[in-house]
Amino acid sequence: MNLCSNRISTELDRRAMLQTLAFGFGWTAFNGMAGASPKVDDPLALKPSHHTPTAKRVIFLYMSGAPSHVDTFDHKPALIGLDGQEYRRNAKLLASPWKFRPRGDSGLMISDLFPSVAEHADELCLLRGMKAGIPAHAQASLQLHTGSFQFVRPSMGSWSVYGLGNANENLPGFVTINPRGGGGAGSYGSGFLPAAYQGTPIELSRNSSASNAIPNLKNEQHGEAVQRRQLGLLRQLEKERERRAGRVQGLESVLEQYELAFRMQSEVPDVVDLGTEDRRTLELYGIGSDATDGFGRQCLLARRLAEEGVRFIEITAGGWDTHRNMREALAERCLAVDKPIAGLLADLKQRRMLDDTLVVWGGEFGRTPYAQGDDGRDHNARGFTMWMAGGGVKGGFSYGSTDETGAEAVEGVMDIHDWHATILHALGMDHERLTFNHAGRDFRLTDVHGRVHSDVFA
Amino acid sequence: MPKHRSLSVRRILGLGGIAVSGMLMAFSAPSLQPQDGAMNSMGMDDMGGMSVDETTSGFSPERIAFFESKVRPLLIGACGGCHSDNGSRIRAGFKIDTRSAMLLGGDSGPAIVPGDPDASLLIEAIRYHDPGLQMPPRGALNPGEISILEQWVAMGAPMPKPRVTDRDTAPGTEFRWSDEEIERGRSHWSYTPIESSPPPSTSDDDWARVELDRFVLAELDARGVKPTGDASRETWFRRVTFDLTGLPPTPKEQSAFLADTRPGAFDRVVDRLLASPAFGERWGRHWLDVARYAESSGKENNVIYPHAWRYRDWVVSAFNQDIPYDHFIAMQIAGDLLPAGSEDEEAANLIATGYLALGTKSHNTRGRAQFIADVVDEQIDATTQGLLATTVACARCHDHKFDPIPQADYYALAGIFASTETRFGGVEGNQTRHTSLLIEIPAGADLPDGPQLSDASREIAERTRRQAEELVRAAEEVRAANRGSRTNRNQLPADIQRIIQRGRQATGRLRVSETLLSRFDADGRPTIENFVCMGAVEGDPRDVPLLERGELDQARDLVRRGFPRLLGSGNSESIRSGSGRLELAEWITDERHPLTARVWTNRIWQYLFGRGIVPTPNNFGLSGRPPTNQPLLDHLAIQLQESGWSTKSLIRQLALSRSYGLSSDPRPGEEPVQVRDVDVLVDGMMRRRPLEAEAIRDSMLAISGRLDATPPLGSVAATLEGSLRENTLNRVMEQNLPRFEDHRSIYLPVVRGSIVDDLAIFDFPEPEFVTGERDQTNVATQALYLMNSELVTTQSKAFARRVLGQSDSFTDRMSLIFRLAYGRDPGSYEYRACRDFLQDIERTLKKELVPKPQPQNQRERRQRANGRRSAGRSSSPRTSNADLELMAWATLCQTIFQSTEFRTLD
Repeated sequence: MNLCSNRISTELDRRAMLQTLAFGFGWTAFNGMAGASPKVDDPLALKPSHHTPTAKRVIFLYMSGAPSHVDTFDHKPALIGLDGQEYRRNAKLLASPWKFRPRGDSGLMISDLFPSVAEHADELCLLRGMKAGIPAHAQASLQLHTGSFQFVRPSMGSWSVYGLGNANENLPGFVTINPRGGGGAGSYGSGFLPAAYQGTPIELSRNSSASNAIPNLKNEQHGEAVQRRQLGLLRQLEKERERRAGRVQGLESVLEQYELAFRMQSEVPDVVDLGTEDRRTLELYGIGSDATDGFGRQCLLARRLAEEGVRFIEITAGGWDTHRNMREALAERCLAVDKPIAGLLADLKQRRMLDDTLVVWGGEFGRTPYAQGDDGRDHNARGFTMWMAGGGVKGGFSYGSTDETGAEAVEGVMDIHDWHATILHALGMDHERLTFNHAGRDFRLTDVHGRVHSDVFA
Repeated sequence: MPKHRSLSVRRILGLGGIAVSGMLMAFSAPSLQPQDGAMNSMGMDDMGGMSVDETTSGFSPERIAFFESKVRPLLIGACGGCHSDNGSRIRAGFKIDTRSAMLLGGDSGPAIVPGDPDASLLIEAIRYHDPGLQMPPRGALNPGEISILEQWVAMGAPMPKPRVTDRDTAPGTEFRWSDEEIERGRSHWSYTPIESSPPPSTSDDDWARVELDRFVLAELDARGVKPTGDASRETWFRRVTFDLTGLPPTPKEQSAFLADTRPGAFDRVVDRLLASPAFGERWGRHWLDVARYAESSGKENNVIYPHAWRYRDWVVSAFNQDIPYDHFIAMQIAGDLLPAGSEDEEAANLIATGYLALGTKSHNTRGRAQFIADVVDEQIDATTQGLLATTVACARCHDHKFDPIPQADYYALAGIFASTETRFGGVEGNQTRHTSLLIEIPAGADLPDGPQLSDASREIAERTRRQAEELVRAAEEVRAANRGSRTNRNQLPADIQRIIQRGRQATGRLRVSETLLSRFDADGRPTIENFVCMGAVEGDPRDVPLLERGELDQARDLVRRGFPRLLGSGNSESIRSGSGRLELAEWITDERHPLTARVWTNRIWQYLFGRGIVPTPNNFGLSGRPPTNQPLLDHLAIQLQESGWSTKSLIRQLALSRSYGLSSDPRPGEEPVQVRDVDVLVDGMMRRRPLEAEAIRDSMLAISGRLDATPPLGSVAATLEGSLRENTLNRVMEQNLPRFEDHRSIYLPVVRGSIVDDLAIFDFPEPEFVTGERDQTNVATQALYLMNSELVTTQSKAFARRVLGQSDSFTDRMSLIFRLAYGRDPGSYEYRACRDFLQDIERTLKKELVPKPQPQNQRERRQRANGRRSAGRSSSPRTSNADLELMAWATLCQTIFQSTEFRTLD
């Protein structure tokens, strides 16, 4: 057997197959689905944006469980004077146990819980007037991701890939690392959008080697040639089924997932293998230190995926629901993510990627300025802080604010629909024009709401 | 195009709901909302405009109720997006928020003339007659909805008066439901008595096969939808076999049915399936979703519950015996208090109370009182969501925000569970602070002791015990040696401190390994120590105080034990003695209870049709979705009760209905439908459903011929103990799983946070909460599983072997494959495609079978060491033709497993 020629023919076959798959029956239905944009056959093909984007991709650092804003990024000096005073019956205001300091040239006030992130203060655009819809984790998490807490809707990652395509045909356009939190699979689902836009979950655990991140990535029995033929037969069977039983969206789009899976087999092992990174980089992310190893790996993988052209990357850190034992638990949580996030920002910067990568940080809502027990804070959806960095936003900038205690957003108020609209804007998309026709009408990520807050852009 | 139109109309209404999704809930809730800013924290601060102050509105409660239940949701859904303070804009200056705003109207003048629909602009617009005035702009309402609004205007446009809300109220300010609000809350559809109505007349009374079909058709008539045609006999047969047993029909069963032309053939199929033991395994698993069944505590230190499987087995047998649903529930809430005629019955009663003990727990919570409060909370949640589709647990810290359930009602229920002793077991250890006894099963009960302890597990346990003993002993010696010296322990040398520390940590491991070993004899046989179960028994009866914000140190007045006031009249006096669990069980299973029968009926409907009559199976409250067809739901709920709460008889009725037998094929000429949107009650066609994780795995086993249909003894978790770290757990599971690998999936261990991959990948629910509806994802990781996983490749090969063993003829083999996997014969196109594939694949395989020098990775080395031949690339160059044929067919069979048709119910 001539290995060389075999290899070439394999390559050719593979390309030919990708073409057939990409232009096979699976995609015919998507002709013209993007409305005004040109006809697209491959759902992940690159598509023109509505306007010049300020960011090519998003890395969303989701802090599941709702971190306290008044202890981290929303400085409320008034609380110090009011500490212990009744906010209302049985609820006493609680000054932050942590000290805030001016950071960087901009002097943004950030607490001692985020010393490393604070070093990048001049990159941060703090959104201090955030407002969520509902103070319950599961619903708020769903709304944060999809805009709706009641119905099954596509996640913002799915919308982003739908609108722009993916720069790497061998990887999913929307990856979510260790998805956790009350929203469940709905948080990264593609809803009524084609399954090609579904988020692909990757599990990255501390002790597991990177190759376990996605199970069943390698076939122990056959090589690609056999799989390719299987996929060919599968395509025929599906086509015949469609002819016999009619086309039903949602189930029949599994072929898209096979196509992606097939391509992921060759690409993913390299991408998730963090072993190729040098020691300095690992240290930058806090990998190897007990407290920061887990989230550090997630952040580093996010950067690698971003480099590969993945459009929307989400990583999750849970455990922010500090009703009790806040002094200990919140410090522990912040310790776990502070250095890795700072490492990510620094790494993106040194690779000149921060300019076109929008990094977004935040939870589904914030917490009350008054105490729950004597060492905790309750849910508060009426005002909280998220932040953005890179991707064309103003650095060292604070946008919006809450009232003097941090209870309620009063200025530059950004609700979740606005937040979505603003993120889409950064990616070059007009949230009112990014539509998908489903069941007789055009749907949007922002439904009938949303306003771009242009002030946050440089 | 009447069909098409009806579809789009529904969707447009649906989207009305979407457009103002947040508000649907918000609007329906504040009508019952007391006056303060609590809702503000939910971003609903503008809702005051539509709040209720009924006393001054001058309309009868009935009319207000009509507005609340029918009109308000419609207005919000259809108009709220552009004509409300809560929408994104106000178009044409017209708002629907208050009655006066509607009387005032917008740019075109008054919108309504009370009492005169024909003179009302609003009505004119929605009738869509005048091309210049059509609302909503994106499509007309359906006739039923138009008539609701006409009716409403005709009765004088009743609407409650607005109430002024103090916008400056602080977030989270306490609010309390008033008695009147609770009373008004009772008018919400699900809290009103179940109502029997005669079967309605329909456009085609011959269409109905059973009574329920008339209710279905009447509603379709009202929506202007004609039901689609019947599914083929093959399709129905495959559908019903999966739905009732979770397994595919065998070709033999199928031939018998297709050949059975006598009347009653369908009935005989359903009766056979209902009588099959597989029925309990299928429907028992549905119940385990509701019961958040798992064999460990989850949370921080995941304590194993080695005896949980007894509850699982009881559930399976309860479904097979068709224990009346009311009794089934009563046993789970208060089995220990129910009379028993025999030791077997007594054992079943005790095991059933496992429902209360199986929830997630933080065994390392600081403080027993907090731990118990959390356990009680979990029990309230499981009981009210699982059995009543009501989220009472929301009222732990404050009054329920949507349903008129005062916080005091939560504590009335909490008292019942606090007076109960929950028995969950556990071994005290470093992180496991809270343990309890277990319940002894009556010695005479005819139940197994449990599974054997494998030699491997035994070795691990013995080694752990030995090592722990040594560490403990070493620590004791060091401590004894240093007892004389007066130094503080912290001043001891570091290495000594370390020895003491290690010894302390080892005591937990020692206890765990001793406990495990005590449950088995020297040969690994289970001892009488395993004759125990989890569950609930009576504790000290006591009332508990209302805890402000749910905080233990914020205790207020004691609340008398009782049931939520919303769901009945006075009740607290009805607790006669003890905890009140018996009375709670009686109250839940009372035929007059508006929820119990409806909730269970709805679940059964959902398991058979893919979508509940109420689409939110765990939430029948104000924030849930209303029933699509309430007369149908009530009719079936009454049938359930009248049959003596027989689950099987309700399933039988549904399975034999015309509605269930409808085709799921999209109607020709219609745009592709999104499968998740299809609802037989709205679209008149069946919904296509993906098979669940268990059915996929079980089917592969059944089709390959590998399925061992006998239930295995116990569970993998039964031979574990203590709080296991993930890697230890995985190791032990790996060693023990093979004993379970040919059994049905319901018998695989359910360890919280460590769900078996084969199931987790296809949306097996996280057993942290009551699950009413599983996720349905379609992701690349599932494709990878079907392409590469060990289970799928092994089963594909077994499938091929089975097929090759049956016949030498290509045609017969193909026919067998298709009938096994799809329940039908292949078509000529499929014959050709598969034949070409096989020829092609043999060539490809020959190329692949070039021997590799040495196995490269660890896994291959290990497989080789285990004598497991890794097929394909590492096999010998002289692969026989027979081997090649088998491999080729195995790849064909695998592709069949990968196909949509295999894992979809049409």
